[in-house]
Order: sequence, then structure tokens, then C-alpha cells
Amino acid sequence: MEFVTHHPVLVVSLIKIAIALFVVMTALAYLTWFERKVVARIQSRWGPYWVGPHGLLQPLADGIKFLFKEDIVPPAADKISYVLAPFLALALALTTLALIPIGPATISILGQPTQLVISHSNVALILLFAISSIGIYAVVLAGWSSNSKYPLMGGLRSSAQMISYEVSLTLSVVGVLLIAGSFDFYDIVGGQSGHWVHVIPKWHIFPQILGFICYLTAAIAETNRVPFDLPEAETELVAGFHTEYSSFKFAMFFMAEYANMITVSCLATLLFLGGWLSPFPETGAWRWQLYLPAAGLIIAGIGLIVGGLRGVQLSAKLVFPVLGIVCLGVGYLCTLPGVMPVIQGPFWFTAKVFFLLFFYVWARGTLPRFRYDQLMSFGWKFLLPLSLINLVVTSLVVVLRLR
Amino acid sequence: MSTTVGAPITDNKPQNKTMVLNMGPQHPSTHGVLRVILELDGEVVLKAEPVIGYLHTGIEKNCENLTYSQCIPLTDRIDYLANLSNNLGYCLAVEKLADIEVPKRAQYIRVLLTELTRISSHLVWLGTHAIDLGAMSVFLYCFREREEILKILEAISGQRMMTSYFRIGGLALEPPPGYLEWISKFLDTLPGHVAEYEDLLTENPIWKLRTQGVGVLKLDDAIAMAVSGPSLRGSGSDYDVRKYFPYSSYDEFDFKVQTQTAGDVYARYQVRVAEIKESAKICKQAIKKIPPQGPFRAEVRGLVPPSREEMKTSIEGLIYHFKIWTEGITPPPGEVYQAIESPRGEVGFFVVSDGSNRPYRVKMRAPSFVNLQALPHLVVGKLIADVVASIGTIDIVLGEVDR
Repeated sequence: MEFVTHHPVLVVSLIKIAIALFVVMTALAYLTWFERKVVARIQSRWGPYWVGPHGLLQPLADGIKFLFKEDIVPPAADKISYVLAPFLALALALTTLALIPIGPATISILGQPTQLVISHSNVALILLFAISSIGIYAVVLAGWSSNSKYPLMGGLRSSAQMISYEVSLTLSVVGVLLIAGSFDFYDIVGGQSGHWVHVIPKWHIFPQILGFICYLTAAIAETNRVPFDLPEAETELVAGFHTEYSSFKFAMFFMAEYANMITVSCLATLLFLGGWLSPFPETGAWRWQLYLPAAGLIIAGIGLIVGGLRGVQLSAKLVFPVLGIVCLGVGYLCTLPGVMPVIQGPFWFTAKVFFLLFFYVWARGTLPRFRYDQLMSFGWKFLLPLSLINLVVTSLVVVLRLR
Repeated sequence: MSTTVGAPITDNKPQNKTMVLNMGPQHPSTHGVLRVILELDGEVVLKAEPVIGYLHTGIEKNCENLTYSQCIPLTDRIDYLANLSNNLGYCLAVEKLADIEVPKRAQYIRVLLTELTRISSHLVWLGTHAIDLGAMSVFLYCFREREEILKILEAISGQRMMTSYFRIGGLALEPPPGYLEWISKFLDTLPGHVAEYEDLLTENPIWKLRTQGVGVLKLDDAIAMAVSGPSLRGSGSDYDVRKYFPYSSYDEFDFKVQTQTAGDVYARYQVRVAEIKESAKICKQAIKKIPPQGPFRAEVRGLVPPSREEMKTSIEGLIYHFKIWTEGITPPPGEVYQAIESPRGEVGFFVVSDGSNRPYRVKMRAPSFVNLQALPHLVVGKLIADVVASIGTIDIVLGEVDR
């Protein structure tokens, strides 16, 4: 107890880390489920269905399977780097999430002022880019240390691609930084509050639409997703840099990829989509928006109960109504005056991130893949000039305005 | 490009700067057990050498030990995506040898079913080709429609894939009632589905980038290598066995041979998609032409089994039935070559009879085998991703390559 009172920051941070890790790991697992379900819908099939109601336990089953598979280290591999690479990938991917705030700085939980971020820094954006850049080493190490040809080519492609697109990614963000004038996420999001003509939110996406498009494209490339998934182009390089990995090491690369997806989506939300801010004005007439999280949960709850009872599977009939009741309960909690202001920020933040993640999955279900040289020329000859133009125009506007 | 094929590596590219990559025989995009030895400089292919023989089944040799009608099920297994085409080729060859006239009704049903097979084979090709280039969804859409064709084939012949439905002298059995309605219902929905694939691919900029100007096969080279089928027609020739050497009453049908002149992967894609539509037209004409009643087998004593009724009611019929099913038929000595247009190109059957009940020799001209030799011409000087596109575009079936 003495320890707790003497080191309040440490204890609070540890609690935050535990919660964040739990939430993120669950989100990762269910992101795979979500992706499979959405892609299945696009492709007119069912997706995971048999492990739990509507395949809800599929991520768990996958995890167990990964754990129990034989962990193979190829005899010719460079053991240290081979083992290090997946750890590096996952650790770095998760570390970046520590810098991402999901709610405003001025909220209080249980009477204590609390920040909804694990680590607040006034150069958070630079830190985030710095950490995520090290992630390339994981890919290079994995490709090289496997001592096999397909991983080598995958590693080469990956490193070239990630380094190239990192340039566009960073440049596309600079426009936002010029407008916001800060590296601190609280300042960046704070600068996006307010509305034009009382309706259009002052999010950076509107003045920075070019930057947003550049960012989104570069981010998809940065996370090696379709249509830029060359490093792991299954039909060309088998599985790219993680061809030789099995068991949990493979799962770590897998999780790292999804964690990176979440990170770049969070970043896009913070920088361009107004972070945790509601799209509606905070005037009296719009007060009903405070009930939106509760309304969403209650609708979802009713849907789960009705859908579950009408379902064919016995497990769905048993589990979904229970989940629905939980949803209703949480929805009721969200209407309590103590909880309502706290929940607003995370609600909008999650909704926006979710939308971006859906965009990712949607692209995967629709688009073919670029070729390596086309990808590079797209990055250097199209995306980079575009983000440079965006940068120059933004700087001009900002400078002229300051005068 | 053709000058560099198979050429030794020149001095300015020393041995230690290149990498030899084994693509296959276990590789996601070699469509079976094809192995391609690639010599790479970075990602650029310097030399490509297809290695075949991993699926050698000895079908040609086996035929010499079987009676004429026992060979038919083996022809299914050569090109397992277009079984009825092979059935037809072999049956036509033996019918030519024994001089059997097939009734018109059976001929039209043969045309209808082989054209359905062509649609289904092209659908498999389109799906796998698209997934090779990263467009996942098209694959599942194509298989959805192919499934319907397989169901129709199952209803008619009792088998989804290994149909063996065409027999020497006609068909194996009377098709089930209502099959024409089912097929025309399917054909009515097909154009909408094809439009769906084209929406996803034809005008897609990434698809065009990946296919236009890739894997160019000049007409002269194609003719010199005896390439046939859509791969040839994509290069500008209008050679189609159905038009040039009509068989099975194809001269009574009104259809256009689809050609493109570019000779690249995109041109061959256009040819095949157009062929799907054209085949549907032929099917519709066939449905109109097929008389509801009539013999489905020729009535030739000693060469074609008598009808079930005749076998039960006449002593002569019973004797012929017994003789045909025990010792088989004995065509007169001689040799014939019969070519048909399979989805992959010209399938030829060269059958030699020595007057016994077993063929002396059955030689198959397999279009996949012949077309495969164009592969090095398509890929040398290109990137690995183009190898995948090129293997897909020549549409090989390894069962047919190795036989």
C-alpha cells in the first residue's frame, strides 16, 4: 500500500498498460475474425461459422492451434536474429499504441483527473514514427536470417517498400503538423474542435484531403496490405519474409501486422478525423448525441437477442441473448451521468478507427496486387510528389495566414 | 526477346550475382506440380526453365492395354477441368476409325455439354488467374458459377467432374428430364455474373498495369511453337478447330471466333472472357436445336451397344450386348487423327488400330504441353510477378502436360 501511495504514476501506468494490452490483444484477435467475416460477405460465403456461434471463438481456436504447432527453426538459420525478429515485430507494434490517446485530456474517472493514454509526450508523433520505423528491422532480420530464398526476396521487397512509403507517409502528415503547430496529439486534436457554418466539423481531413489520401495509401503500403501486399504476396513468394516461421513466431508476425493496422488507423483518426471529437456541434440542440453510445449498444443488444433466438445454431441461441443482455446493461450504464461524459471520447474514436479498418478489409476484398516495380514507381513518382505539393501548398497558406 | 531464351549467361552477369530460384513443384501459383527453375538478377528473370513430369500418369500407355470403351474414363483424367472435351475428342477419333455416324440429337447434346465445359474451364482459369494477381474475390465468384455447371453435369452424367458421359457412338444414357430448362436458366443468369467479373477486372487500373504489355507472345512465335487455343487467338490468329475443321455439327452453329491482337496477358484475358459469352450463345442455339425425343446412340451392330430394350427383347441384341461388354469393339485396322477445340487449344487424338479389341496406340496432342513451351519466351527479362501472371495466362493443366 505504501508503494502505491509513493509511486502513483507507476501504478496507474501499469493498470493502464494491463487494460490497454487486454483490449488491444482482444481487438487484434477479433480484427482477424472481423476481416474474415467481411471478406466472406464480399465473396458471398459464410466465413468462420462453426467454432462458437458465428465463429466467434475462431480467434481463440487459431491462437490455441498456433501455440501447439511445432516450433521449427531451420537448421541453416541464423538462430539469434531468427528468434529476435518476431519479438521485435510484435513488441514494436504494440509499443506504438502506448502513445495513442483515445479521449480528451480533461476527464475524470472516480473523481481523479485521468488521461486516456499510457504515455503522454509532447513529441508523441515523432516518437511514434521513430518506433514504427524500427519495425522494418524485424522484417529484414526475418527475411535474412531464415536463410532461404523466398523469405530473402520477401525481406528485400518489404524493406524497400516500407522505407519508400515511410517518406510519403511522414510528408503527408507534415501538412497537418503545420496547421496544428504541435507534435502533441492533444494539441492536434484540440485544434480540430469547432465547426464551419455550424455543421462541418473543423477536422483536418477537409483542408488536408490530399494529405489524407496520401496518408491512407502510404499507410496501406506501410502495413503491407492489399493492394501493396507484395512482401507476403502469397502467389509469388509463398509467404514472403515469414515463410520459414511456424507456430507462435508466425502468430507474432501476424499479430504485429494487425497491430500496425490498428496503429495507422488510430493515427489517421487523430490527425485527420478529429480523434475523439464528435462530428456534431456541442450546442444544446445537439445534446442527444451524448446518448448515441448508449443507443448504439442498446440497438446492438436487441439485435443480438432477437438474432440469437432466431438463429439455427444452438450455441448462438444460448450465447447471443446473454451477450445482448450484457450490451443492454452496458448501454444503460452509458446513460448514467458519471459515465456518459467519459464514454463520449472513446466511443467516437473507436467508431472512426473501426471505419478505417473496414476500409482496409474492403480494399482487400476488391483489388488485385501491384507489381514490385509498379509499386516503387507509384510511391516515388506519384505519391511523393503529391505529398510534396500538398506540403508546399499548406505551408504557403499557413504562412500567408500568419501575416 | 526470343533470342535470349535458353542462352548462356553472358560475362557481364557473373555467376555469383545471380540467384537460382526453384518455383514449384510445390508453389501456390504454379497450378499444380509444375516446376520452373528461374535464374534471377534481383527480381529480374534471366532464364526460365519449366520442368515437367511430376504428374506423369502413363495414360497413353495404359490405353494400349484397355479395350476401346475402357479408355474413355482415362481421358477424363488428362485435362480434369475440361473432361467432356477429352471424352469427345477420343470418341470422335474412334468413331472416325470405325466409321460410325452419330445421330444428330447426340451431336447437339455433345456440343451443348462441351460448351458448358468450356465455360466452366474458363471460369476456373479466370478465378485462379485473378487470385494469382491478388484479386481474391473473383476466384470465389467464378467458383460459384462453376458449381452450378458441375451440378448440371452431375444431374446428367452422375459425376461432377469425371463425367465419362460421351461414349463411342453417342452418349452413355438418356439425359434426365428437364435438363434443358435447367441449363437455359443457368445461361440466363450467366451474363450478369460475367459482367460482375468484368466490373472487378476489365477496367481496373491495377489489373491493367499487371496484365497489359506483360507476357507478350508475338503471332510468329506463337505459330512457330504450335501454340493453340485462346493463347494463340490472343496474338491475332483466328485459328479455331471448331471453325477450320468442324466436328460434331459445329458448322451448323452460328458463332464468332474471338481474337485480340495485342498478344499480352490482357488480350488473352479478353479472349477468354469473350469466349465464355460466345459459348453461352452456342449453348442457347444447341438447346433450341436438340429434339426432345430421338436416339442418343447410333445403331450400328457390333460397334455400339444396342438399346436396353432391344437387349432385353431380341436375341440378336442380347448377343451383341454381351460381346461388346466382354470383348469390346474391334474397329478395322488403320489410323486416324481427330482434333477438337478444347478450352486450352487443339486437343488431338491419334488412334491406331491393328484390328484387335484394344488400340495399338493412342497419342494425345495436349495443348497444355505444347503451350507450356511458350512460357520462357513470356518471362525472360521480366519480373517474378510476371512469371506468375504468365503461368496463369497460358492456362495449363498439369494432368494434360504430363499425361
